[in-house]
Amino acid sequence: MDILKIGNKEFSNRLLTGTGKFSSKKLITEMLKASGSEMITVALRRVDFAAGNENIIEYIPKNVVLLPNTSGARTAEEAVRIARIAREAGCGDFIKIEIITDTKYLMPDNEETLKATKILVSEGFHVLPYVMPDLTYSYKLVEAGAAAVMPLGSPIGSNRGIRLKEVIQILIDNIDIPVIVDAGIGRPSQAAEAMEMGADAVLVNTAISAAEDPVAMGKAFSLAVQSGRMAYLAKLAEESKTANASSPLTGFLRE
Amino acid sequence: MKIVVNGKVENTDQDTILNYILEKNLEPKTVIVEYNFKIVKKDTWNNVKIKDGDNLEILNFVGGG
Repeated sequence: MDILKIGNKEFSNRLLTGTGKFSSKKLITEMLKASGSEMITVALRRVDFAAGNENIIEYIPKNVVLLPNTSGARTAEEAVRIARIAREAGCGDFIKIEIITDTKYLMPDNEETLKATKILVSEGFHVLPYVMPDLTYSYKLVEAGAAAVMPLGSPIGSNRGIRLKEVIQILIDNIDIPVIVDAGIGRPSQAAEAMEMGADAVLVNTAISAAEDPVAMGKAFSLAVQSGRMAYLAKLAEESKTANASSPLTGFLRE
Repeated sequence: MKIVVNGKVENTDQDTILNYILEKNLEPKTVIVEYNFKIVKKDTWNNVKIKDGDNLEILNFVGGG
């Protein structure tokens, strides 16, 4: 079995999903069933008294690992506070650190993220930091005890695919903890691309939840991830600039 | 008395966290409460008395990526 270990949990499905932007929460349950995704993100917010409280958790089957995110945090301190609340609320020990001050591109602050990682690791969390792909920071995150690194492929929700491919490849080739491409993956083929590159997993939210049929799209992504992973393990044949005939170049009938 | 709830000042005559939550028609199972910046476990909501000037954060999990 090809198992992915993150923190103290083992996963056989390498598609991580998110709960954002579904038109109906019931679709989350169906999407999880169709895709087989074993880990899903949730966010923590103030209750909107006018709208009444929702409980996204009850739409997530018990066997799926919850990955609360610290979205909304602008500093390490705020992220740590959100992480502690999420754990206290019974969400488990996994946390996706997301620290953002830039509202146009939603680019993460690697420096604050590293700070928060150190604190939360010391408190026993399994920390999955959402980062701008950077080798030096990734080494520091490994040293700090992160459970994975999650570089963005392109800005959150942009569906532009793996634009930071070269740097992400460097992370994949050099980082010893799981590298999970998060953000920007818009199509199953892009998820397959990340997996062919050797990414350990991908996290996809918008491309699934904003599809016309999120349940079928969840399955499409899951198959693409499996396909890409299988291709990576099978080791791709070499590229070349000129043709290499696949039929024999002898014994032609013309002479 | 005046308390701060989710960053806004409001008046309440509810005496405990539990009663405050129920008055707001919230399902206790699904909300998380920080009382003066410390998380309070649900089973103690009935014992935590609300005083003038207290700060409450009432949170829940929502969709997010």
